[in-house]
Amino acid sequence: MQLKKTAVAGTMESGDIMITIEPKDAGGVDLDLSSNVMQQYGRQIEAVIRETLSGLGIENAAVQAVDKGALDCTVRARVSAAAFRAAESSDYQWEVRK
Amino acid sequence: MDEKLLNQIPHIDEIAHRGVYNGVGPKHTDTFLERYSRENKVLPSLEDAIRATGLKDGMTISFHHHFRGGDHVVNQVVDKLAEMGFKNLTLAASSLAAVHAPLIDHIKNGVITHIETSGLRGELAEQVSRGLMDCPIVFRSHGGRAAAIRSGELHIDVAFLGAPSCDPYGNANGYSREEGGTIACGSMGYARTDAEYADKVVILTNRLVGYPNAPWAIPEDNVDYIVYMEDIGDPKGIMSGATRYTKNPKELLIAQTAANVIDAAGYFYDGFSMQMGSGGASLATARFLRDMMLERKIRCRFALGGITGQIAAMHEEGLIDRILDVQSFDLDAARSLKLNRFHHQISATYYASFLSAAAVDQLDFVILSALEIDTDFNVNVLTGSDGVIRGAIGGHPDTAAGASLSVVVAPLTRGRIPCVIDKVNTIVTPGSVVDVVVTDQGVAVNPRRPEVAKKLRKAGIHVYTIQELKDKAEALVGKPDPIRYKDRVVGVVMYRNNTIIDVIRQIDED
Repeated sequence: MQLKKTAVAGTMESGDIMITIEPKDAGGVDLDLSSNVMQQYGRQIEAVIRETLSGLGIENAAVQAVDKGALDCTVRARVSAAAFRAAESSDYQWEVRK
Repeated sequence: MDEKLLNQIPHIDEIAHRGVYNGVGPKHTDTFLERYSRENKVLPSLEDAIRATGLKDGMTISFHHHFRGGDHVVNQVVDKLAEMGFKNLTLAASSLAAVHAPLIDHIKNGVITHIETSGLRGELAEQVSRGLMDCPIVFRSHGGRAAAIRSGELHIDVAFLGAPSCDPYGNANGYSREEGGTIACGSMGYARTDAEYADKVVILTNRLVGYPNAPWAIPEDNVDYIVYMEDIGDPKGIMSGATRYTKNPKELLIAQTAANVIDAAGYFYDGFSMQMGSGGASLATARFLRDMMLERKIRCRFALGGITGQIAAMHEEGLIDRILDVQSFDLDAARSLKLNRFHHQISATYYASFLSAAAVDQLDFVILSALEIDTDFNVNVLTGSDGVIRGAIGGHPDTAAGASLSVVVAPLTRGRIPCVIDKVNTIVTPGSVVDVVVTDQGVAVNPRRPEVAKKLRKAGIHVYTIQELKDKAEALVGKPDPIRYKDRVVGVVMYRNNTIIDVIRQIDED
């Protein structure tokens, strides 16, 4: 997936995460994560964000994530939405998740 | 009577006496009104009162927390003590709130070097968790504190007790029956124990009323000095109008389940006794119990503890015979204490001290909230999920131990934080006195109480193991990484018999 512009998904509400993705040419994924559950879940949130990006084929990006206690499924949804917006793509890959 | 006659009294050395009568001084003849304005315990200023008490460096001062977040007594008194140059004092409050953040400066400048309290919140709690104090804070339950005061483990040199009304001889109360307004805090139960046992007692009041200020929370024979102060507390912070019923569907579900559990376990009968916490779910439980009481025409013999307007309303409609009130949580409760003769004010000792048979020992059930519950049924109400102090022990372990059925209510998860976990961050109430855990996603019964589990199943309530509840929570939010702590101990947690049940360590943010 080719990122073309800066895009945002999510809110600052409790239980949500706000993801801002900015295109970058090289240097991998820079992640700036803050969370109100940093100690307990920071590691897992970071892993889910990186996993979701690499699943979409995004290797270089500057990502800012402000987490307010979102569950993993929410983190995946917000990262995907921000990435598709940043790529100006609507080629969504719908799937049934268990 | 002649001195020589003493020898003629058999066993005189076994009869306690103060020698032979030798007359009295002049008897007063002025009127009550004249005496009253001249001979009383009112001193012109706080500074005068502090001097009169003989307070010295290194001594212990105490406060009550009936003014909660509206308290202006602690900060004003400690400011004055700092100004007068006192150092190295122990501050023993029945509890502290976010409003007490200014204590941070007095800890840094050495005025206060040790703190005892039931709880801690706000900036002071944040800083203590980050290592502000050299000597760890001692956390006691309300009953444990009362016991420690009586036994001398917590010796109070001077108690500074705010009172919304007081007469010139020291009869003090949490409201006033006189014309003209004052602030109101309702019951002054925690202050009563301090007043009884402290070496010196100073009442700080914003309303001096005529003698005798009856009924009183604190009698004049417990009081040494009185100071009038215009501002002892902010009514808005002391209590809100009426504690509202929750509309949160999760809390309502928990409350309905808790009421069903109490009924099924056999503790809901004509003449039962109960205590409700002030949390959303436990307040809502009172509402469901009320409906069941009306439907089955049964009454509650007494409600105990921190009292809310809901309990007062049930008393007024004849559903609860007696209220034993150690702390009034809202204005409706305070009003009921003033108006209803069977809404009775009790001390912390009477409420929960393990040194004597206390009211908690007569409870059928108690509904208690929790921040965390672990798979051994231990409960934490003191440290947040980030390890920082943000709560109070209150009467949690006292009532859990005293009640025949202790029911702990909590949502299974709060946001992403699971409430049922492997090991609580801080043990406040041991699992050995916790009987049932009620969450929005299921009920667990302590294996110590197989007969309760059996009764619940018979009533159609599904009983999970606590492990199953923990697994449900983890399936939803994932398994949390543990909080990182440093080795340094910043808090010592006492069980209600004042044995050390756990410690709180400095959080590690490096």
